[in-house]
This record gives sequence, structure tokens and C-alpha cells, in this order.
Amino acid sequence: MNYLDKLENQSIFIIREAYAQFRNVAMLWSIGKDSTTLLWLVRKAFFGKIPFPVVHLDTSYKFNEIYEFRERYAKEWGLNLIVGRNEEALSLKMGPEKGKFECCTMLKTDALKKVIEKYKFKALYLAIRRDEHGIRAKERIFSPRDEDFEWDYKNQPPELWDQYKTKTRTEEHIRVHPLLGWREIDIWEYIKREKLPIVSLYYSKRGLRYRSIGCACCCNPVKSNADTVDKIINELKTSRISERSGRAQDKESAYIMQKLRSLGYM
Amino acid sequence: MDSLKFIIVGHVDHGKSTLIGRLLYDTDSLPHDRIEEIRRKTGDRNGEREFAYLLDHLEEERQQGITIDTTQVFFKTNVRQYVIIDAPGHVEFVKNMVTGASQAEAAILIIDAAEGVKEQTKRHAYILSILGISQVIVVINKMDLVGYGQDRFNEVRDDILRFLGSIGIRPISSIPISAKNGENVVRVSKKMKWHKGPVLVKSLDLLKSRIISEDKPLLLPIQDVYKMDDKRISVGRIETGNLAVGNRVKILPSGQITEICSIEYYLQKKKRAFAGESIGIVTRDSVFLNRGDIVCEAEKEPVFTDNFSANIFWLTKEDFRKDERLTIRCATQETSCKIIRIGRRMDSSSLEVIEEDACILKNLEVGEVVIETKKPIAIKDYNDVQELGRFVFARDNDICAGGIITNSRGKV
Repeated sequence: MNYLDKLENQSIFIIREAYAQFRNVAMLWSIGKDSTTLLWLVRKAFFGKIPFPVVHLDTSYKFNEIYEFRERYAKEWGLNLIVGRNEEALSLKMGPEKGKFECCTMLKTDALKKVIEKYKFKALYLAIRRDEHGIRAKERIFSPRDEDFEWDYKNQPPELWDQYKTKTRTEEHIRVHPLLGWREIDIWEYIKREKLPIVSLYYSKRGLRYRSIGCACCCNPVKSNADTVDKIINELKTSRISERSGRAQDKESAYIMQKLRSLGYM
Repeated sequence: MDSLKFIIVGHVDHGKSTLIGRLLYDTDSLPHDRIEEIRRKTGDRNGEREFAYLLDHLEEERQQGITIDTTQVFFKTNVRQYVIIDAPGHVEFVKNMVTGASQAEAAILIIDAAEGVKEQTKRHAYILSILGISQVIVVINKMDLVGYGQDRFNEVRDDILRFLGSIGIRPISSIPISAKNGENVVRVSKKMKWHKGPVLVKSLDLLKSRIISEDKPLLLPIQDVYKMDDKRISVGRIETGNLAVGNRVKILPSGQITEICSIEYYLQKKKRAFAGESIGIVTRDSVFLNRGDIVCEAEKEPVFTDNFSANIFWLTKEDFRKDERLTIRCATQETSCKIIRIGRRMDSSSLEVIEEDACILKNLEVGEVVIETKKPIAIKDYNDVQELGRFVFARDNDICAGGIITNSRGKV
């Protein structure tokens, strides 16, 4: 069994474990490369028929390519898609110019709260990885959030072998992280092996490509001529600029990501 | 490329984060924008100041809370890629250290050459032995503080080897290093020519990746059952052995014998599956499988019992009292249980016996116990099959202890 097989089998094990424990679950699909990879693993885990909804948190500021990709594959893969939007904040013209921290909190975290409140999900699958950001590195595979969505990262339950936390009454929901042990390059090697479709923003156009995508206003492309998966893999092997260097919310303040996450951000 | 996960453990301030910084730095594993940023700020290239700044940067992250818990970092040598599980050294974080260590295939035990073996050194080493991590490398760090002297190295090494011997750990190598100055980590030290063994990364490259037990009899714990069209697909991960269409298998606890009709993958057809694979199976006959059932080979089945001996590690602040009922989880099996005897209650760092035939277990104590489960479960001795030889206890859905089965056939 090679390295990618090990990662794949472990992720499928985790996905099935969470479904066995909670049943009323959903998956967050940002439509980026990681969550699209997770979506594929979820489809594998359930033999092509995902027995729960897939949630896209729509800030309304996403790239057009993201919306097009969502429409196309939601139909092609027969997804039960929920689009989560904080309409109230959007009608008040919330946007990044009012402060990136406020914008992320209202349009993503609060939009998620509304979705969970409406559907009463007990657990959510998320495609975060340990290597993408320091604060994500200390996550557990099953990570509890309290009723205020807060993450008590200083006092997390132990996670031994493949035994995970189950939900108690005091917790709002459990975040499940099947890709925690994957690295950026593993994702791309897997995309290549499985021939997964990926939003075109990741491929270079006129010398620029995105390594990480989110809202159009808060993502900057990196210089690159990598316009195929093979070239991207090669680029990651040779040059090393940190993955989220183009993401505004990480740079603005050393603590902003930690603050966002402790409030329930992804 | 092969990959291996290891953990660095040891007493607080004995140099874990410096060693991580050094491994990343000397194997050229840090993002270049980060290195550039450091170089701009320090005006230094490849010098001591640059490394010191990098460590401060890592230290700042620690202060933000990043290594209060277990963190994973990645680096690569010519032989394989590594995942370092960074474990906190403070006593209140033992729970997190256990979480980290339970995923590790090997460990580096780090000891300050000047301070020598301390309480946490022993506690962490003991946890390694309880978790069955047998591949251990000892590094004696801060050799610069003791003038790179061989005598002091020998003294500390003999001290730790004696302790490790008493808990059944035989380290693969013992290496004198200075993480701060990069001696014997990646680069061979000119200051310690008396050291004839390998440098740390060479020693790491000699470790073995976890072996998936394909040559053992089949064990497939069922996770869940999905109804798909007119099929019932039972899913799970093969822990040991392998499985082929047409195999006759036994199901525990029912004891029924059935045949494997098909092995299910999405968009793939396979006739055979191996240890480590997450699969689905469809069985002949109208055998109804459930979560917690164990699919195995008849005649080679695991021990099926409600009474066995184990070593447990209590991991929560609320004490355990002997009349309490706990939930036990072993692979996908789950049932209620009692601890009917605490033969010995021990301090996990000194290994001193606190009490024989005890009634209580406190945080960070180890107990040699006899467990009685409400329903029989399928188990193995830990030394034989880890996957069915280890378990956790849960109390109110929180994991409160981990354990390994020392004797699956009851009292010693």
C-alpha cells in the first residue's frame, strides 16, 4: 500500500466513523482543492451516494469560476446542496472594506451558525489540513465546539488510536477533519491520480495562479507558469512559498486566524 | 516515497523545539518566504542569528498556544518524508502527549546533558512503553553546555539506559547532540569525534515504518451497514490479514459462518482486499451484520471473553473509583464494563507502586487491572495484535483512559 493509499483509506475510515456516530451530519464544501478532494473521498466512502447535504457558505464575494464549478458539479454528482448565506448582513452591505475580521465572521462563521441552527447538524466534515496554518496544526480529528461555537483548544479531549470524541449534551457540534494529516502536495498528487476536476483558478493564466482560493477580494495570485496538475506538483517540489501567502486574513494580523477560529471560523 | 511519523518527548526545556527548528532548518524544509523574512529582519544569512530568530518565531507561535497541544510538522531526507509530532513537556499536557504518541511509529527521547534525567523524561518514556512504541532514539542535547565531553554523555546515557531497560525499551541509538549549534543532528560534529555512531537523521532513516499485518489472520471490525438499492453493504477497515471473494468467514459475536459475495469499492471491482484498506463487503445468506461485529477466520478467531487483564493509564482529573461503570471501546466494539481488580496502582513517572489491591486511580496513574465487560468482546493480547489489543475507556462520552491488554485470558 503506497502513501496515497494510506491517506485515502484512513480518511475514508474517519468519514465512515463520524457518520456511524452522528448520522445527522453535513459536509462543508468551499469548492477549493481540499474540500473538492474531501468530497471525492466522501463519495467513495458512500459508494457514490452521499447520504447527507453538502453546504457551501456563500459570502457573495466568491470568484465566478467558483459559482460555475458549484453549479456544474452539484448537478453532475447529484449533491444535496445547501447554500448558506447571511442575507441579513449582506442586505446591510457587509464587505471586506468594513474590516476583514468582521466580514469573515459575519459572512462565513455567522452564515454557518444559521445553517446549523436550521438543520440541527450534530457534526460537520471540514477539509482543513495541519500543514496549511499553524493554528490548524493543533486540531484534533474530532473537535468539539460549544454552543457559542468556541473551540477550547487548551483543553481538548485525548484522541487515542482511532477512538474519537463523541458528542455530549454541552456541545453544539463536532468538527470532523478527515484530511488533517494530508499536505498540500499530497492533495495535488491525489487530484492527479484520481483525475479530479478542480476550479480553473488554480492553473496559471498569463503567469499567475492561485494556490489557495476563497473570496475574490481577499486572495492574491502567485507568480507561476504551472498550468497543469503535473506542473503544479513540480512547482511545489521545487519552490517553496507558504501556501496561504496570498490569503489576506492570515497576514493582516498574526493573531487574526487564531481569533477567527476560536470564534468558530473554519 | 515512504513516510514515518515520530514524536519528540522529554522534560520541559530540554530542547524539543530547538531540535525541531534545527531539523527543519538543516533539511531545508521551511517555506522560503519565511526564511527570506527572517533574513531581512536579521540581516544575516546562514548564521547563528538567523537560526536564533527562527526559534524565537517558533517560540512566539508556542506562546500563541500552538504547541500547548500536539502539533505536526513535516520534513524530508533523501530516504523518506517525516512527520514530527511535537509534544508539550508540561505535566498538565500529558493527555496531549499521549494523543500525539498514540499516532507515532517511533520516538526521540531528548535529555539535557547538564540537567540529566528528570521526572518528565521518565514519565514520557513510560508512556512510550505503555503505548507499545518500541523504536526509540535517545538524544543527549546541549552538549555545548558540558564542553562536548564524553564522560558526561556516558554518565547521562547509562542513567537513562538503566531506566529504559527496567521498562523494556531498548533504544536503537544514543546520540550526543547540540540542537542549538547543529552538532550531530544533520551535520557530523567535529567537536565530538569520539562519537562513533550515526548522526540523528541517519539514525531516523534506519527506523522501520509501521508494518501492516497482512500475514496475520483476518480481522475486520464492522463500522457501519449501508442499505444501497437492494444490497446491504457492511463497511470497515481490515486491521490484519486479507480477504477474498468466496472466503468463508466467521462473524463475532453471533458465531455465524458465511461467505463473502463481493468486495465493494466505488467505481472499482476487486476480488481481494488487504490489511489497511477501508472496504465494503456483501455476504451470502441472510446474515445481518452490525457495527461492532468482527469478521474473522473460523478456527483463527480472536479471544472472545468478558474478563481480561490490562494496563491502563488514567488521563483525567476526576478520579476513578472501583464501583464505577465505564464504557469500553475496542476497535468498533463498545460495551459497558467494570474494573473488578486494581492489582497495582503506580506513579507513571517514578513507577513506584503507590498501593496494592487499590480502590482508586488518579490522574496520570497507571493501574494493572482486571476488567469485566457486560457483553463478551473479541480481543487479542497487545503484543500479538495491537489493533484488538488496545482500548479506551469513556465516561460521559469523553475518553478518560487508554489501555493495552496484557492477558486476554483473564487473571494473571
